[in-house]
Amino acid sequence: MRLGESTQVAATPETVWYILADPENYLRFMSGITHWEVVGQKPNGLGARYRILIRVGAAEVGGLVEMVEWNEPFDIAWHSVTGVDHRGRWRIRERGEGRCRVEYRFAYGVVGGGVAGMLMQLGAALIVRRQMRRTLQQLKRQVEQEQRRLEAERRRAARQVAPA
Amino acid sequence: MYYVEAPRGLAAKALDYVRGRASERLRGRLDDRDPDYIREVLPLLWLISTFYFRAEVRDLGNVPPDRPVLLVGNHSGGNVIVDTFIFSLAFSTYFGVERPFHQLAHNLAIAWPFAGGMLRKSGTLSASHEHAEEALATGAPVLVYPGGDWETHRPSWQSDRVDFAGRDGFVRLALDAGVPIVPVVSIGGQETALFLSRGARLAKGLRLDRMARLKVLPISLALPWGLNVGDFAGHLPLPAKITIEVLPPIDLEREFGPAPDVDEVYAHVTAQMQEALDGLAAERRWPVIG
Repeated sequence: MRLGESTQVAATPETVWYILADPENYLRFMSGITHWEVVGQKPNGLGARYRILIRVGAAEVGGLVEMVEWNEPFDIAWHSVTGVDHRGRWRIRERGEGRCRVEYRFAYGVVGGGVAGMLMQLGAALIVRRQMRRTLQQLKRQVEQEQRRLEAERRRAARQVAPA
Repeated sequence: MYYVEAPRGLAAKALDYVRGRASERLRGRLDDRDPDYIREVLPLLWLISTFYFRAEVRDLGNVPPDRPVLLVGNHSGGNVIVDTFIFSLAFSTYFGVERPFHQLAHNLAIAWPFAGGMLRKSGTLSASHEHAEEALATGAPVLVYPGGDWETHRPSWQSDRVDFAGRDGFVRLALDAGVPIVPVVSIGGQETALFLSRGARLAKGLRLDRMARLKVLPISLALPWGLNVGDFAGHLPLPAKITIEVLPPIDLEREFGPAPDVDEVYAHVTAQMQEALDGLAAERRWPVIG
């Protein structure tokens, strides 16, 4: 099952990247995430590993995931190593005038289960899609807030350099 | 003489074989647990748990990830123990099916022709101190329901009551095995039918306690039977909302000293569970709906 949602953000790709590249932020904006823990020495970047859990209906599902793409500031992709088979991707594209488009893709599969497995994929899609939309809304809010903070910081710095 | 002995020998062998098979079925073995089978049934369990029972399992992170623990739960739902299946689903998705996990159940459940096989593949063992110790010794968490048939058949209006009937074997088990106790509290199971009475006197009168280790002969109103006596064939559970909460682990030696008093530990564990169950009950507004 492949799902995708996107949103326009009033911020540069670099600001979006600043939020997405820090694993500590995931618990703040990702809806349904109950656990996002760095496994190993590498906190982020290609090959970084995390143990994640997402509440989907009656269960928290997830497992160990590994970052398999880290193309700053445009793409982040991860694959599951253990647990529920899934992969995810953040795709950030500039749209001019200080705006960008952020796309969140999520694909998962259920091993076995026959008809129940297929129904589970469909049932889970209802829940996961809702979580993805909420995730993007929360990310947008956090990124735009960060963008405003950066702009205010820039203005303050400019005032200090050239007082009126 | 020769012609008489031969058939006797065969009969004895056949009897031994049947006895051996029956004993194996009744027992359930540790290596009967099959992670691939569990992975196969998870989708169905998830569908039922999510959409039919609107189940919610909280704080599974309280189960230590790397050591054996004794999970002690309150038992609900008559012979259709939906909260156990929901907890097993949640445990398997949280820790992965690869982590061994065993539950103890009544001999009759294990010996049931079809369901018994499913239970054994899911890691269920027949309830005994030895089986639990054996499982804990392998490093697996073990789920026990000290209240057993007494608690699971309590009347529906006692849904928010923890009632182990003084059965403190779980404390001794945790002490013998040197493992912490993790209480697991659930609500909603007793609303899957209208449980009217345990029928304890009836069971005693019919000597079921001696013949089949049954202390009760429950009477309920349940689908599709209407009046349901015994609940031996189970029932179609009503879609009651099931909520399960895992409480923090209780390290017996750390909290009660090097030689804990069994009665004191029993009182502490049941009081904690009752307090948590009161909290879950307070969240519910309507029966069944939750």
